[in-house]
Amino acid sequence: MKHIVHKAYWDYEKEEQWLNEMSHKGLALEDYSWCRYVFRDAPAGKYIYRIELLDKTGSHYESQKYLKFLEETGIECVAAYMRWAFLRKEASLGPFDLYSDIDSKINYYSKVINFWNIFAAMELVIGTMNVLIGLVNGGRYGGLGFNFFLGLPLIGLGVALVKLGDPLRAKIKRLQQERAVQE
Amino acid sequence: MPESSLRGALTEAVLYILLALYTPLHGYGIMQKVDELSHGRVNLGAGTLYGAINTLLDKGWIIPLAGEMDSRRKEYVISETGKEIVAMELIRLQELLDNGRVVTGGTV
Repeated sequence: MKHIVHKAYWDYEKEEQWLNEMSHKGLALEDYSWCRYVFRDAPAGKYIYRIELLDKTGSHYESQKYLKFLEETGIECVAAYMRWAFLRKEASLGPFDLYSDIDSKINYYSKVINFWNIFAAMELVIGTMNVLIGLVNGGRYGGLGFNFFLGLPLIGLGVALVKLGDPLRAKIKRLQQERAVQE
Repeated sequence: MPESSLRGALTEAVLYILLALYTPLHGYGIMQKVDELSHGRVNLGAGTLYGAINTLLDKGWIIPLAGEMDSRRKEYVISETGKEIVAMELIRLQELLDNGRVVTGGTV
């Protein structure tokens, strides 16, 4: 049976954890589009899920090449949304970790942080511009302009996006310390 | 000294991939072979392996098998350069092993 859940996540690691909890309850993710998760009944714990940020969008040639490679190793891509791929592997095939050494983990986490930072920068720039326009207009016409109030939440969003990377930055720092003594 | 003449240690993953490719294998075959060679100790992640294969192809240490370009499962094999790299790495590892044995009195 199909189950549709509408839910929004900021943090892909929490999202991944939730998908695995659902899988443990016998609900296997089958499709995803903007905040809409489609689950289907499956034996409890049959699949392990991972969410990965691809280099390009899911339909890009390079992503297709990579996803095909994953498929050969028993990893199925159930959905690709923009640059995010929802991957699963049958738990009976063993553990499911995409990155097995320190360097590739550091590279991957850095990629995710950069991805968030691009959005953060956009929000911060647009937000700041609006706040300034608001102040200028406010000075001209009295009070604070509409743009001022439009800009503030955008700046907040930008800051939130930067903060989102904090746990990953901590992980990278830990891995870099490890890297000094081992692979 | 130019950077290209640096002789660093190979990563464990890279050395095992090169060893696995003395026989032509596709991606999943490499994972299985490395698992087997290391008695289950080294589990290559698919993402890590994909990155390593591309790097090794760029360096010319492994080559795609002729006639397999369009095949769904691409097979790779170690190149002559790759074999030279492995030989040099084995000498380096032997030195480490010898020194380790001498210093610890061969008790380990």
